[in-house]
Amino acid sequence: MDWMQIVSALALGMFVIFLFPRAKDAMQNSPKGSSSDWMGFIIPIVGIVLFIMLLIELV
Amino acid sequence: MKMNQNFSTVAQRSPSELATNKVLRNTYMLLSMTLLFSGVTAMISMALSMPPMTYLISVIGAMVIAMFVLPKFANSPAGIGIVFLVTGMLGFGLGPILTMYASLPNGGNIITLSLGGTGVIFLSLSAYALTTRKNFSFLGGFLMVGFLLVLMAAIVNIFLAIPAMSLVISAVVIMIMSGFILYDTSRIIHGGETNYVLATIGLYMTIFNIFISLLQILGIMGGDD
Repeated sequence: MDWMQIVSALALGMFVIFLFPRAKDAMQNSPKGSSSDWMGFIIPIVGIVLFIMLLIELV
Repeated sequence: MKMNQNFSTVAQRSPSELATNKVLRNTYMLLSMTLLFSGVTAMISMALSMPPMTYLISVIGAMVIAMFVLPKFANSPAGIGIVFLVTGMLGFGLGPILTMYASLPNGGNIITLSLGGTGVIFLSLSAYALTTRKNFSFLGGFLMVGFLLVLMAAIVNIFLAIPAMSLVISAVVIMIMSGFILYDTSRIIHGGETNYVLATIGLYMTIFNIFISLLQILGIMGGDD
């Protein structure tokens, strides 16, 4: 096994441990979004997906 | 009486709107300067033919500085210098990655499309958040948990090295980072983020991750030409 793989996994693992309390806090304290709020998020994300598909066609 | 109330509302709103506009303006100015600086450090790294391990060392170093040092200096002028240090290191780390992609048969095309695609994604999502002025604070928990899950999947795939899984992880990272662009921009607009140094590093990280993920997706999908 490559030492770079081990260091990468360790670094990502440390990052997960560092982010975990923040994620837990964000989950507990984030306001709930309405269905229209979620649509306002989903529509541009669908646009991004279509754009990436276009980029794949261009490459 | 109503007119007085309106004047009062305008008078109350103006200082906070001015402050928000100032944070936005400073954030975008610092962001554009750090992106240019990263481009310069990436070119230096390419010219020096840095080895692949440079990416790993630069990213780990930059993340440690961004997470543990930058927050302590975010309210002082030193914070701007630290932002340039972090973004310069990340740009320097990109050098070997760009060299590797440039050596592919259609590598130049992949790099150009990734760069242009990242710009289009960032500008369009920022414009969407700025013009609609929607509040995306409800996305906080969803994005953080999604990011943690994708990081765990990335750890597993370091050892499994499945190309299809890399592709899915890169696609999900782009979706999550797109969400963070909306979330971070909305936080600035609605006064949730008043420090332009921290706002800049947050947006820079989203751009960096989108660029790396796009490179990977286009590299895998365009690799059989």
